[in-house]
Amino acid sequence: MQVSAEKQREMLWTMLLSRRFEDELMELCKVEGKIPGMMILSTGQEAVGSGACAALEPEDVIITNHRSHNHLLAKGADPNVLMAEIYCKRTGCNKGKSGTLHLAVPEVNAPCTSTVVGAGPPIAVGQAFAQQYKGEQRVTVCFFGDGAAAEGSVHEAMNLAALWRLPVIFICENNVYAGAQRYEEHAPNPSMADRAAAYAMSGVAVDGNDALAVYHVVRKARERALAGEGPSLIECKTYRCRGHGEADPQHYQPKEEICAWQEKCPIPRLRDDLISQGVLTAADYQEMEGRAETIVMEAVRFAEDSPYPSPEEALEDVFA
Amino acid sequence: MQKLGMGQAINQALREEMRRDPNVFLAGEGVGVSIHLNPMFPTHGLLEEFGPGRIKDTPVSEAAIAGLAVGAAEAGLRPVVEIMFNPFFTLASDMIVNHAAKLRYLSGGKSAFPLVVRMKSGAGIGAGCQHSHNLEAWAAHCPGLKVVMPATSADAKGLLKSAIRDDNPVIFIEHMGLYFAPMPVPEDEYTTPIGKAEVKRPGKDVTVVTWSGMLGVGLAAAEKLAQEGVDVEIVDLRTLVPLDKETVLASVAKTGRLVVLHEATRTGGFGGEVAAVVMEEGFHNLKAPLRRVTGPDIPVPASPPLERFYIPSDEQLIAAIKEIL
Ligand SMILES: Cc1ncc(C[n+]2csc(CCOP(=O)(O)OP(=O)(O)O)c2C)c(N)n1
Repeated sequence: MQVSAEKQREMLWTMLLSRRFEDELMELCKVEGKIPGMMILSTGQEAVGSGACAALEPEDVIITNHRSHNHLLAKGADPNVLMAEIYCKRTGCNKGKSGTLHLAVPEVNAPCTSTVVGAGPPIAVGQAFAQQYKGEQRVTVCFFGDGAAAEGSVHEAMNLAALWRLPVIFICENNVYAGAQRYEEHAPNPSMADRAAAYAMSGVAVDGNDALAVYHVVRKARERALAGEGPSLIECKTYRCRGHGEADPQHYQPKEEICAWQEKCPIPRLRDDLISQGVLTAADYQEMEGRAETIVMEAVRFAEDSPYPSPEEALEDVFA
Repeated sequence: MQKLGMGQAINQALREEMRRDPNVFLAGEGVGVSIHLNPMFPTHGLLEEFGPGRIKDTPVSEAAIAGLAVGAAEAGLRPVVEIMFNPFFTLASDMIVNHAAKLRYLSGGKSAFPLVVRMKSGAGIGAGCQHSHNLEAWAAHCPGLKVVMPATSADAKGLLKSAIRDDNPVIFIEHMGLYFAPMPVPEDEYTTPIGKAEVKRPGKDVTVVTWSGMLGVGLAAAEKLAQEGVDVEIVDLRTLVPLDKETVLASVAKTGRLVVLHEATRTGGFGGEVAAVVMEEGFHNLKAPLRRVTGPDIPVPASPPLERFYIPSDEQLIAAIKEIL
């Protein structure tokens, strides 16, 4: 299947934007008192969210987890309101209730970020059920980690989704670590994709640092889902280049391993590919970098200029 | 006397009990190799001393961790398991609520489940409501579970040692805000009894019953009120179940006034239980209606001004005390 130059540039763009966005966060969270809470980044893993979301239509739903910034930006969330929420400001997408961890952006069909590990898949099943129930031509994608795959909720969700042939795509972002535990210390089967067989659903593993490869498998899974062929499990093999969060000194992660994976960075990879295909020039790329810089700096300015919510606003939004 | 943060005090308790009893083992996410390379954290360095046979890093599987504790405890071991944050108790709760708490009863008293579930809790870290949610009242509502919530490093150490030696399931909730504040801890071997409250500050005008992270708020309010000539007595429950009614009732008998202070949300909170006990058994001693100072009935928000609004303050406590003086 040929992917249009425009689509490919879109993937490169959203990867670049999230990298720039998160690089800025990395610096900002070093400044005392600027950004509350934890800071969890997806540096090096951008091909997963960007490849997957490029394969979706705006009406498709994504459910994400604690490592969500790239997923949300790739789904089209407004960087200003995301940044403002990360700053815990009133203008943030969740009025400061969430902060960086549970960003919900229903406007772009990204209604739920759960930071309870493994909670995404059952919720995605509910979304997909509603899509099937209403006879809609849309699917739900659920991003979760290799660590999350150990939770019973993930198995239960897959079983139900397969049984009812729900239009859900489970994307396991296998970034080798769950907290400080390496994959082989928490999962006995080296292949996460193998699990699909247990539920008689489609399961494939892809190079999670290759945005195009991710795009292709997600597009195919989407077609299968819409054709009534049920859910898919896609394992994207990638790597967590930074710590679990920014407070993590990565003492258990071999330096050489980090360096080796940094060499496989998905951004220059797609850029060089596009340049060699002749659909991108070095100047185009420079322009993209400049645009990402402008957007991120504008988001930071927007967030900094925004007010905090007033204390009593804490009481709002408990009930509908 | 040594000065330790609560995390270090817990670390000492775990170390000493593991040296004492080979049946004690730890399990949980990152209890061995943790992202926190930080000696202030409770399980720091234990893997080095006790090895991977006794310090079990688990997958992210709260139900399995809790089930492991239930099964292993019935089989004669003494598991101390960690559920990383109090809200994730919900994932472990079938094993704890429906099994750990009930299986002794179901066996007609033939089995015992000597296990400890340690959990971090508390607002103040800016992480939002999926990490900060105090659920002690849930655990306390479940017969068969003991519930311990220390407020000082010394109590944490002594109470955890008692919890590990206890033949019942004990829910042990640690406020994260206390991990880093150095507090005196005795050097010699000691245990602190489960089920005994402690008067942390004697006073004669009003009783404040509190526990865990709110002790500091209570003491701060008492200091301020002392300057105005109001003498506040602070009772730290330390253990919610079993509840030390005697100490609470004796204090209320002395002061004639009661405010219950806790960080958890108000409705159905454990403060209601304390209030009810005093109404039933100490009403005749009350000179004024009792008051509760608690978190409002909302999930803990992330934004700093909202989170500060959530956490009960010494000003709120002072206002409540003045209402009933
Ligand atoms: C139910 C639950 N248990 C524990 C945690 C603490 N925790 C947050 S992230 C994480 C590791 C998750 O690993 P993985 O799913 O592989 O995602 P990654 O962080 O690698 O992207 C853990 C244990 C949590 N948030 N929720």
